[in-house]
This record gives sequence, C-alpha cells and structure tokens, in this order.
Amino acid sequence: MDINQLHFPILSVVTFLPLVGAFVVALINEEHENLIRYVTFGFLVLDFIISLPLFFYFDPTTYHMQFVERVPWIKSLGFQYYVGVDGISLFLVLLTTFLTPLAQLSTWKAIDKKVKLFNITVLLMQTGMLGVFISLDMFLFYVFWEVQLIPMYMMIGIWGGPNRVFATMKFFLYTFAGSVLMMVAIMALYFLNHKFTGTYTSDMVKLMQSPLPYHLQLWLFLAFFIAFAIKVPMWPFHTWLPWAHVEAPTAGSVLLAGILLKMGTYGFLRFNLPMFPDMTHAFAMLIIIMAIIGIFYGAFVAMVQPDIKKLVAYSSVSHLGYSMLGMFALTQVGMEGSIMQMINHGISTGALFLLVGIVYERRHTRLISEYGGLASLTPAYATFFMIFTLSSIAVPGTNGFVGEFMVLLGAFLDKHIWGVLVAFGGIFSATYMLTMYKRVFFNKVTNPKNLGLPDMNIREWIYLLPLLVFVFWIGIYPNTFLSKMRVSVEHLLKQVNRTTVVAPAKNEQVSMTKTVVVKKG
Amino acid sequence: MKVILLFVILTPLIGFLINGIFGRWTKPFAGVIAAAALGISFILGLFPIISVLHGHVVEYTYFTWMPFKEVVIPFGLRVDYVSAVMLFVVTFVSWMIHIYSNGYMAGDKGYARYFSYLNMFVTAMLILVLGNNYLLMFVGWEGVGLASYLLIGFWYEKSTASDAGEKAFVVNRIGDAGFIIGILYMVYYFGSVTYSNVFPRAEHVLGYGSTAATIIGIALFVGAVGKSAQFPLYIWLTDAMEGPTPVSSLIHAATMVTAGVYMVARSNAIYSLSPIAQEIVATIGAFTAFYAATMALTHKDIKRILAYSTLSQLGYMFIGVGIGAYWTGLFHLMTHAFFKGLLFLAAGAVMHSMRGLLSIDLMGGLKKYMPQTAAVMVIASLAISGIPPFAGFFSKDAILASALEMGHPIIWIVGEITAFMTAFYMFRMVFNVFYGEEKVESLYHDLHTHEAPAVMTIPMWVLAILSIIGGWVGIKSGGHIPFEWFVAHTAPTTEVAHEAHYSEALLMGISVTMGLSGILAAWLIYIKKIITAEKIANMFKPIYTLLANTYYADEFVYCCIVKPFWWLSTNFLWKIVDVIIIDKGMVDGAGWIAGRVGKGFRLFQTGFANNYAYWMSLGIILLSSWYLFVKII
Repeated sequence: MDINQLHFPILSVVTFLPLVGAFVVALINEEHENLIRYVTFGFLVLDFIISLPLFFYFDPTTYHMQFVERVPWIKSLGFQYYVGVDGISLFLVLLTTFLTPLAQLSTWKAIDKKVKLFNITVLLMQTGMLGVFISLDMFLFYVFWEVQLIPMYMMIGIWGGPNRVFATMKFFLYTFAGSVLMMVAIMALYFLNHKFTGTYTSDMVKLMQSPLPYHLQLWLFLAFFIAFAIKVPMWPFHTWLPWAHVEAPTAGSVLLAGILLKMGTYGFLRFNLPMFPDMTHAFAMLIIIMAIIGIFYGAFVAMVQPDIKKLVAYSSVSHLGYSMLGMFALTQVGMEGSIMQMINHGISTGALFLLVGIVYERRHTRLISEYGGLASLTPAYATFFMIFTLSSIAVPGTNGFVGEFMVLLGAFLDKHIWGVLVAFGGIFSATYMLTMYKRVFFNKVTNPKNLGLPDMNIREWIYLLPLLVFVFWIGIYPNTFLSKMRVSVEHLLKQVNRTTVVAPAKNEQVSMTKTVVVKKG
Repeated sequence: MKVILLFVILTPLIGFLINGIFGRWTKPFAGVIAAAALGISFILGLFPIISVLHGHVVEYTYFTWMPFKEVVIPFGLRVDYVSAVMLFVVTFVSWMIHIYSNGYMAGDKGYARYFSYLNMFVTAMLILVLGNNYLLMFVGWEGVGLASYLLIGFWYEKSTASDAGEKAFVVNRIGDAGFIIGILYMVYYFGSVTYSNVFPRAEHVLGYGSTAATIIGIALFVGAVGKSAQFPLYIWLTDAMEGPTPVSSLIHAATMVTAGVYMVARSNAIYSLSPIAQEIVATIGAFTAFYAATMALTHKDIKRILAYSTLSQLGYMFIGVGIGAYWTGLFHLMTHAFFKGLLFLAAGAVMHSMRGLLSIDLMGGLKKYMPQTAAVMVIASLAISGIPPFAGFFSKDAILASALEMGHPIIWIVGEITAFMTAFYMFRMVFNVFYGEEKVESLYHDLHTHEAPAVMTIPMWVLAILSIIGGWVGIKSGGHIPFEWFVAHTAPTTEVAHEAHYSEALLMGISVTMGLSGILAAWLIYIKKIITAEKIANMFKPIYTLLANTYYADEFVYCCIVKPFWWLSTNFLWKIVDVIIIDKGMVDGAGWIAGRVGKGFRLFQTGFANNYAYWMSLGIILLSSWYLFVKII
C-alpha cells in the first residue's frame, strides 16, 4: 500500500535538490570560493528545510511506506523508480539532511584547494546517501549504494592526509568487494523470486514476502551480510575504518561515521532481517557474539591509540557493535535501541570528529601527546568536547544513555548473558574517552605551540550547537523519535518472527510482553 | 505541590545553568546565586516533608521518559518516609556547604565554575533521592558521579587531581554496571522499575529466599559498593580528596557516598526477601568498617584520615541496612552527614588558614589560633566516637545493638572494636592538630594563621549543633523510637525468627566504654606521651608499614590490573591482532592473493599467436578427451 500524504514528490525533491545544487555550483567560476561555499551551504540548508515536512507529516500509526513515489523505470524487467520512507528510514534521511550542512560548514576554512570540486562532491554525496535510504527498489538501491562510494573515494583521495591514496584504495576496494557480492545476491534474489512466485520484480516491499527455501536463504543472507558487515563495519571487517578516518578530511569523517556507516546497519534492517527470517534466527547468535566482541575490542584498542581520530574511529567500532547487538537481539526495545544508536552515533561521533577537526585546523596534528591543558586555553571548546564525550560514553541525560540502555535491555531480554556482559562495556568506554580527555584538556599546558590557541569562533559554535540540542533532546525526551519508529519496528519484527504468541501481562502502569518465537518447520 | 516538588530539583538546576553558561558575567555573585538556589530548594523541600510527616506520601509523574513496549519508564518524583529523610539531609547540608564555600573558594579563578558544578551535583543528588523509579535513581547516580568527577578534578592543572577524577569515574562505572544489571533483571521479573509498582509485588513475584531476589540484591549492591566506596571498590575515595575540601565534605562524606546506603534501604522489599544478599551487604559493611579504620590509624594527612573514617562509617551504615534494620542505617547516614560534613569543613578551615598544609606532623596547639574551629572539631569528633549525648552515639549504638539482637554477634564484635579505633584515630588527629605544643616554630606566625571568617564558621556551628542534637530522634519515647517509627513506614525492619534480647544499658555501656577508651588511649599517647607513637610503630613494624601504605592496594591495582591490561591492549590487541593479523594478514592478504592470481594468469597473455594456438589446442584435446572418456565409460 502506497501512501503519499503530501501529494507532492517530496522525497525526490529532497534527494535531487543537492544534485541541482551541484550543477549550479559547477556553473560558478572557480575563483569565487566563498560564493561556492555559500551556495552549497544554502542548498544543503534548503534541503534540510524541505525535508522537515517528512517529520511533521509522518504518520506513526502505519508501517506502510509513506511519501511514496512510484514510476516505472525499465518496464520489461519490472524495475521501478520506487521511493518511500517508513519509521526505520525516516530518521536516517533526516539525519543526513541535518548533518551534511553542518559538515560542510566545518570545511569553510579547512578546505582551501579545489574548493569547487569539493563542494560538488559534497552535494553529490548527499544525493547518493539520501537515495540509499529512500530506495524501495533494490536495483535503484544498488545504484545509489554505488554512486555514493565515488564521492567518498574522491574526498579521501584528494583532500585527505599523507597516506590518502592507500587509505582510499583500501576503503574503495574493501567496500566494493562487499558491493559486488551484494550485486550477485540482488540478481539471484531477482531470479529466484521469479522462480517461486512467477513474477519479475525488484520491489523490496514485495520481496520481503518472497517465500525462499532455507538453503537459498543461506547464500543470499551471507552475501548481503558480508556487504553490510563491511560497511557497518563489524568486527573483524573493520580495519578499513581507522585508515579511512585518519586520512579523510574532517567533513569526510563526519559523513563517513555519521551516515555512510548507517547504510550498513540500515541494509541489515531492509534486506537480511525481513527477507531471510530463518537465516536471521540461525545467524543471530553468531552476529551477536561478533557484535559483543566488537564492543569490547573496539574499546580496548581505542584506549591505546595515540591519535585522537583513530581513537574515535575505533570507538565507532564499539558503538556500532551496540547497534548490531540491539538489532539481532530481535526484541522490540532492542531494535528501536539499535536505530536510536544509529542516530546517536551520527550525532555524538559526528560532533567528536568536528571537534577534532577544530584543533587539527589550528595545529595540524591529532596526536594526543601534542596537547595537554587545553581546558585553560579554550574553555568553550573544552566544554563542548566534554559534553559530547559524555554523550559518547552514555551518561544519563544524554542521547547515548537512552540508546545504550535500550540495546542493553533488548539484548538482556533475548538472553540474560548478553545484557550482563555488555553492561560492563561502559567501564571501558569511560576509560578511553576520559583518558583521552584528560591528556588533551587537563594538566598544565606543556607544549608551547598550544599557547595562544584561539577558542571556538562563531562558525564553529553554529555547527556544534544544533548537535548539542539533540544530545539533550534525545536524552530527556526520546519519545519524539521512538513514537515514530514503533509501528515500523513492530512490523519488521513480525516479518522476522513468522509465528509469534503474544502473552501480555498487564498491571496498572506498564505492560510487559514476552514474545515466544516458534520456528516454522 | 506538584510544581513545588519539581522546583526542588529545578532551582539548583537553574542555578547550575546560570553559573554554567553566564559564568563569565556572574562570577562575582556566583556563590550567592548558588547558595540562594539551595536555600530556596531547601525551603520548597520542606513542603513535601511536612506532608509526609502528616502521613501523606507525595508522588507525581511529570512525563513519560522512555515508553518502551516492554517497560514504561516515567519521570516521576516521590517523597516517602525514606526519601523525606534524605531530602532533608541533602538539601540542608548542601545549603550549609554552599554558604561555607562562599568563603572557602573566594578568589579562586574558577569561582563560577565551582558553584555551577556544585549546583549540578545537588540537582543530580535530588534526582537520585526523589526519583520514583530505579532508572531515575540511576540518572542521579551517574549524575552525581559526573559532578564528583568534575569537582575532584576541579583544579585540573594538577595532574594528581585530574587522575583522581578519572579514577573515581571509572571505578564507579564498575559499580554502575552492577546497578544496570540489577535494573535489567527487575524489568525482566516485574516489567517495571517504578518503586510503587515493584515493591508491593516483590514478595509475590520473586518469593522469599529466591535466587532472583538474591541476584537483584547483589547486582544492586555492586552499584552501592562502587558509589559508597566499600571494599574492594573503595580505592577511588581517598584520591578524591584532591578536590576542594567543601566538595569532600558534601560529596565524599555527607551525601553522595551515602547513596548506596539509601539504595539498599530503598530496596528493602527486595533485600528482605534474600537473606544471602543481606548477609553479603552486612559482611562487606563490617569488613570495610574495620579495614578502613585500620588505615586511618597511621595516616598523617587530615583529609585522608577523614576519608578512611568515612569509608569506615559507611561500613557501619551497610551493617545497619544489611542486617535488615534499615532505619539504623539511615539514622547513621543522617547523623554522619552532620558530623562528618562538619569534620571536613573544620579540616577545610584549618587548611584554609594553613595555606593548604594537611600533615598533622606540622601542626599542634592550633586551638589558640582557631578556637571556634577547634571547638566544632571536638564536638564532631565526640559525635563520631559515639559519646553520649552526641548524635553519633545514638545511631552507632542502634546499629550495633540491632546487629547483636538480630543474630550477628561477630559483626557486633567487629563493630565494637572499630568503635575503639574510631575514637582513637579521631582524637589522635584532634590532639595532634589542636592541642599540645606547636611542632614547627613560628609556622603559624609565618602563615598568618587565623580563625576562619564568619561565612565559614556559621555553617560549621549549625552543623555542630546538629551533631549534638541530631541523634535525639533516636531516643525512645512513648514506647517507640521516633526515627524508627518514621522510617518503618517505608522501610520496615526485616523480621527475624529468633530475636535475642540484651540489656540496653549493658550494650550502651560497652559502646561508650569503647569510645572513651579510644579517646583515653589517644590522650595517653599524644598528650601525656607515656609512650611515643614512633615506639609503637617500631614495635609493630611490619603491620605499621602495611597500614602506612594502605595495604598496597593502589599498587596492586596498578601493577596487576591496569598495567597488564594496557600492555595487552597495546601490544597484543592493537599491534598484533588488529594491525598484523586482521588488517595486514587477512585484508591485505586477500588483496595480495588476488594480485598474485592475476599475475599468474597474466603469464598466459603473452601476445604471441602461436602461444594462444598452443593453449587452445591443449584445451580442445582436454575437452574432447574428457567427452570421449565420459561417453565410453
């Protein structure tokens, strides 16, 4: 069932406006660097504003796709231009339109060579990322998935650090290896679906009901799994991430961590879980174990990194472990927590990368040992850094706590041992973040190069304050977001659990629902 | 009332935001703003307390914080008989210490920052106390931990201070993990974490003596061990003395560290179901009481003596709540807040006029210069030593008498011995600092040692009065003890099958004797000097060395846990597993193999037609022979 409550192709406008922006920027003479920056920023902000009705008009009572547009693409093959959002993709679309302008704003001074090309890259990337989250046709999905790889490849390769070529090749080849497997799986799915249902379709919503036998699910699941696990990245597929982050320019890291990684987790929610429910149950434990290893491993390795950006990169491995854990716990609260963690990670890790960029811009180093005592030199900067650090280590009142608690609870309700184990993860996240914070901000200023380090300027305040708002908004009133994803997540779980017996135990204030899964066959 | 109760929390929060955001401009009046916020909070807090005194428990839900399918977590506040006690203690003592801080912190460059943190602490502490469910308690729990981290590391340019702050946070996180696990189990069993929903159903859902009750009890207690610095997670508290002294007084003596005791008392419905969990609580409490007291015997640093003493007194409180006499634990919590808060404030006054000197070896005869501080210090020391009619006597005696009556004679003996040590180390400090002769000539003259200003002495005197009369609510009148009667509405004492009865007068007599003999021993050694302290130290050299080095606990943690862990993470996980095995080996290796295979196939692409013809004919031969082979057989 298609719903478009606005009777207006809002998703297409949001997705392709940046592309229009790219053409406009392309027409501007390269010498007008500031004009290019303003125009790009203008397009991105406009894009964000246009995307807001998605939030306000979203109907939280249905799991059906909303704001749908459907146009035949290649009729004979059944391909369509089919886009729409539900409670799962809604916030990823909004996160993208929200985060990209802030990331672009951070590059106004940092990027001073090939400004025009850079801004075009950003705009193209925006279209690619949004396309991934709105596509409901799997070939369209694949097209966007590949399209956004190229701008990222360029961003690291052209504006990156000294090892940028190696890093970007590694990033590209590694994720591309996954993509190729996904392509094979998509084609196989396309033909197998025809074999079992008699129709050729690439409609993802329809494919979610495709009755595939067990052994075929296995291979398809594995192919998609590898593609998405590399993208997330899950341990042990994560080693491209520190490379890419360390070499990428600030904006690249923000978009990489904030949005690109979410494409992996989102892929699991769109393909693996609803399309291959049997395999989801069969592999859940293995994936959960990998996720838990990732949580601790990422934290342990992050703890000993000498480079702040590398530290944050490894902490991403840890944080996304939470997201994967919540997802494969296959409980309502865990799944919602997993999506919450995606948003949270975008906000807090995105902000941390922006913050690292601020000192990097001034001092051209990210080594922790080069700093020390910054709290007395740049108090505003230290305060922002502290707040996002707290958000990252999930202190209650911040967004991180809500997400982590949901994941913990979801995992615990699946198997107690998961929750009990991961509850100890908080010790190590506190260790690596606070040790880094201490070494950068506390103690006496020992490095004379840091003296006279200017505090944050207005532009930097502007791009960090909106993120700060969401840290506390989600931390204090998460229902704004939870209420919109509830029904979609319920539906997804229904797809994953073929047969469910619901036994509600009501009391005056709360209801506790235990879901018993009865495997078919 | 709903709004009033909310503003009990909001007022300090507003104070925090004003000083936190506009600190640059509010700096001259930051202390006044913060203290005023606390004053308002205290007065507003009296309304719900009065309501509870009239028998009406106050509970309001403001909004739904986390509405999950599996559990709904509201943001609600509750003042009942247990939280009323805490509300009073927290707001009042905090208020006094805010006033005192106006004098103590005057002239510090982080003046506004200090007061914003202090207000933030109170906000978090009040959420911890007033929240109507466990998750809100956890919010406050980590919130006070954060405030504590920031305030311990307040003078962040000192590396000892920033290290201590981090240590406090991380060690507390170990406890917090336990707390969260307890909450998870609670959601699993009850589908709720709200007190009014969990406690009435506890016996029905968990059952007396069930494993579930024990698991929840122990998990929550792990949290309490972290926050209330019990063995083995106590190691952060002494380092926490790096913070400004009023902070030590407020956070690390009077309020935050008692949160664990409050939590156990709060969860009485669960602990009363699990004798095993209770036994663990009481045993850890008794052990910490004794263990920490031994370390206080040899320390020379005033603040650290007080820190160990706090650990020890917290141990007493855990004995009280652990044996199931919840009111005694809370009672001691309250009197301890008065006298220990006061002890730290007095120590702060000494430090203030001694330019930060802390060693008791350098002082002596200070009474002449600081008569008021000396007077309140003696009052507080008498209170902690358990001498009637001072507050500590009633609460400590209530704990020890209950321990004996409810069938824990060993804990009683340990408690009595600790009481002796308490009196001894407290008066060792008092005599060394305020009495006797000046040990360093003209030190006081050089430092211009003088009495603290009124803004500091007045709060001290207020607490001194409470250290005297604060225990009188524990005097039996009209057949029951008023404090016990009050608390029992929310936290009834666990029923014990065979309650032993002893003569009250005899038990009191033993307790008082213990306290008095401790003081006497200190007097004989440090004033009369019938035997010098050095001689005793030499007599028990190994024990003395062990104690003076606080059992080498920090060294053990550093060498056996922190360092190996760090080493393994760096040299094994990162440099070997991550860089070499996964990245170089598996990832680049896969790429390398692909390259090699490609190189191999490249050999075929020579560009010579005869080579291609050669390979082609070989292919034809192979294919046709395979075809023939299959056909024939």
